[in-house]
Amino acid sequence: MSFQPVKFYQTGTFTVGNRLLPPEERSVQASTKRFNSINSGHRACQGCGEALGARYAIDAAMEATDGQIIAANATGCLEVFSTPYPETSWQIPWIHSLFGNAAAVATGIAAALKVKGKKDVRVVAQGGDGGTTDIGFGCLSGMFERNDDVLYICYDNGGYMNTGVQRSSATPAAARTSTTPAVGSDPGNVFGQGKFLPAIALAHDIPYVATATVADLRDLEAKVTRAMEIRGARYIHILVPCPLGWGTAAHDTIRMARLAKETGIFPVFEAEHGEIKSVLAIRHPLPVEEYLKPQKRYAHLFGKNPAVETIARIQALADKNIRKYRLQARKEGH
Amino acid sequence: MFQVRIHGRGGQGVVTAAEMLSVAAFDEGRHAQAFPSFGSERTGAPVVAFCRISDREIRLREPIMEPDAIIIQDPTLLHQVDVFAGLKKDGYILINTSKTFDQLGLGDFIRDWRQERLCTVPAMELALKHVGRPVPNVPLLGGFAAVAGIIQLESVIKAIEERFSGKVAAGNVAAAREAYAIVKAEMEEARRKETEHA
Amino acid sequence: MLKQMEGSRAVAEAVALCRPEVICAYPISPQTHIVEALGEMVKEGSLAPCEFINVESEFAAMSVAIGASAAGARSYTATASQGLLFMAEAVFNASGLGLPIVMTVANRAIGAPINIWNDHSDALSQRDSGWLQLFAETNQEALDLHIQAFRLAEELSLPIMVCMDGFILTHAYERVDMPTQAQVDAYLPRYEPRQVLDPSDPVSIGAMVGPEAFMEVRYLAHAKQMEALQLIPAYAAEFKAVFGRDSGGLTHTYRTEDAETIIVAMGSVLGTIKDTIDEMRQPENGGHKIGVLGITCFRPFPIAAVAAALKHAKRFVVLEKSMAVGLGGILAVNVRMAVTGMGLKGYTVVAGLGGRAITKKSLHALFRQGEQDGLEPVTFLDLDWNVVNKQLEREKAHRRTGPVAEALLRDVGVVGARNY
Repeated sequence: MSFQPVKFYQTGTFTVGNRLLPPEERSVQASTKRFNSINSGHRACQGCGEALGARYAIDAAMEATDGQIIAANATGCLEVFSTPYPETSWQIPWIHSLFGNAAAVATGIAAALKVKGKKDVRVVAQGGDGGTTDIGFGCLSGMFERNDDVLYICYDNGGYMNTGVQRSSATPAAARTSTTPAVGSDPGNVFGQGKFLPAIALAHDIPYVATATVADLRDLEAKVTRAMEIRGARYIHILVPCPLGWGTAAHDTIRMARLAKETGIFPVFEAEHGEIKSVLAIRHPLPVEEYLKPQKRYAHLFGKNPAVETIARIQALADKNIRKYRLQARKEGH
Repeated sequence: MFQVRIHGRGGQGVVTAAEMLSVAAFDEGRHAQAFPSFGSERTGAPVVAFCRISDREIRLREPIMEPDAIIIQDPTLLHQVDVFAGLKKDGYILINTSKTFDQLGLGDFIRDWRQERLCTVPAMELALKHVGRPVPNVPLLGGFAAVAGIIQLESVIKAIEERFSGKVAAGNVAAAREAYAIVKAEMEEARRKETEHA
Repeated sequence: MLKQMEGSRAVAEAVALCRPEVICAYPISPQTHIVEALGEMVKEGSLAPCEFINVESEFAAMSVAIGASAAGARSYTATASQGLLFMAEAVFNASGLGLPIVMTVANRAIGAPINIWNDHSDALSQRDSGWLQLFAETNQEALDLHIQAFRLAEELSLPIMVCMDGFILTHAYERVDMPTQAQVDAYLPRYEPRQVLDPSDPVSIGAMVGPEAFMEVRYLAHAKQMEALQLIPAYAAEFKAVFGRDSGGLTHTYRTEDAETIIVAMGSVLGTIKDTIDEMRQPENGGHKIGVLGITCFRPFPIAAVAAALKHAKRFVVLEKSMAVGLGGILAVNVRMAVTGMGLKGYTVVAGLGGRAITKKSLHALFRQGEQDGLEPVTFLDLDWNVVNKQLEREKAHRRTGPVAEALLRDVGVVGARNY
């Protein structure tokens, strides 16, 4: 396992005590010499999980390659909030082509670098869940299958937030979006549809697949660092809460990501060549209500007549994740 | 300009034959244009390919509708496709068969044509004998060199050697030579008969 | 060196001589032979350094080319028909980003009904994509245009489609003069990109531009194409100096000096038209005063050259392998723009759609009719009115008439191999 959880939780909080670590063990972001690949001053919303995830991920990739990163970006929030000319936030060479082709553009960049003998320069492609699991899925699968030397990072906030919170194939069951409104007999998004792209990435047997959340940022950094040690197609899927789309408070972004992990809703693991090597274990799985309740997109499940059955189905999905990915830490003592 | 239309079935090397014919003509310093009938036909389906040979640049891009010569790689097409459509009177016909024109039911059709321009050659058998595969296209080109005299056998052989190598090339060269000899003999026979009649 | 070879092979060898660094390939007839040949050259090592990438769609093909070109590599791909439409979003993006990708379009009809044969519908559907579009008359010209295209594209920082008639050229074996590597190297300089993804000098490519500058960015794309109107003849002249033959340029005229009637066309049908015109001009055939204007460069559209070529004529007949449904012709509309105010009679003839053979016989009749101003404003050459009218009647009589194409083919009664 590439990441050792930091145990210096401050009493009564979940804040990670980075300051209590020796300097060499501190996170990339803790360094004053961090790359600031996405410079401050961009236009992301307050509490944007994607901005946070991208900053950690790309800076970690820069750190791992001594600043030799080229990024290809799908259309989406990240592209829009970071760039409008002439105020680009990107301090790295960066290209946006289309919504559905970031993986293929990255393949082209990697091919050009290879043909020009620039082995040190590495390529990262990135997109939201819409650009990754829906419209960009063909290009992504092609990139995986050819094992092109690209790290693809998906920032998953469970919907098309850039265009006004519409459903994507990564939108969770029962969640309200503007195209799965909370009306009718089965309000919100349907059950049993959508797809968990990390599992599909695993099925391509590519050298490296990992999931992460913005709640465990050192884990995220470690995974990006590990990914950059490997050549070939790599995929990291990061859960990034979206205050706008989820209906959560801006200050709850990290908390929501942590709850997604601690309930089993979002399994955090690391895999190589199609085999899961490690997971971020859940010490005491929390009931899914704790994750659902703070989010307005699930508000229709609660209130005077809670949708007990629906909540039970979501709980069952979380439990299945815990079983399937062996997320629960073995109980100690007793 | 001399225009050849080749009829056969998918898998018989019809297009290859037209291309090789054009290469043979090119090797003789002439202009040649070979092209297929552009179908998406699969193995066994009727296929047509064309070849124009000229001493000047060939600009015409229409299919060959009034050929000077027709090569039929599969005689079963006679009952399926109007293979002789547009063939000029006294044009050249070369059919892959061990039968005669009469036996193929074409006796009436070619009754008053110049008999030495109507030839058959058992190209399939020659291909099996020399190459070991039932692909009649190359032996037919050897035969065509004899029947029409528009290209030399040596040019056909050169084209074969450009296209194939090793055993396949050698086998095809042998098949083409034998086909050439067979057709030459047939033509001599036809000429002899004609002079007898005259 | 003179060689007898397939058009696709000739283009592949010419592209290889241009030292492409990244080639993306997705199969679609009739361009496949080109990328197959290039793929073999890369795999056997005769074309190096070059990355050959088998992508999963045409959309990916153009996207890979975009990435490669933005990273400074000379990039090439080829497509046709549905493939060109499938990559359309990336086609516009490549030109919008100003990436000098060269792409062969082996012109083929667009379905439905699905049809693999030649016409110009595919390329002309992308006429406003911001790409330059060059149309080859022969395989020699197709080969030559690719060499010119890389130079032009890279000088202008704009992508170029080299269009060649599917099957009619791509699958035709004919004589070509294949240049040497030294000749191509002398003509085509190394690619020096105007913008490149480079960690030592980071730039953001493709960010959002609002109303405050979007029109100016777009205007510059137009201005660059106008600039190409000067560069194309200049590069064709330089090409002649190095390779010793006329190829490319904006337009070509043939026997138009005293012509009262001028046919306007693009692509390989120009050869058949020239043969027809030669025959019509013979004294024993009436010595018709007829000539032809071939459009080599469709984008940018050479308005001045077209106007100059037509100005002494009485009429022009645009014969095009494309159709603006609900209007008439596409090429014709462009030509009419060029002759605005010149008082010429103009006719549109839609011909050869979906591989319908354009024969000298039909052209003879058509041109004679044109000379006598006996053509409708829009004519469909060799259209089977009987079949069309039958279907129209059927549709009047019945509601559920089923798939149109099937009904028509039942009336035509086509036999599989009768298409010669």
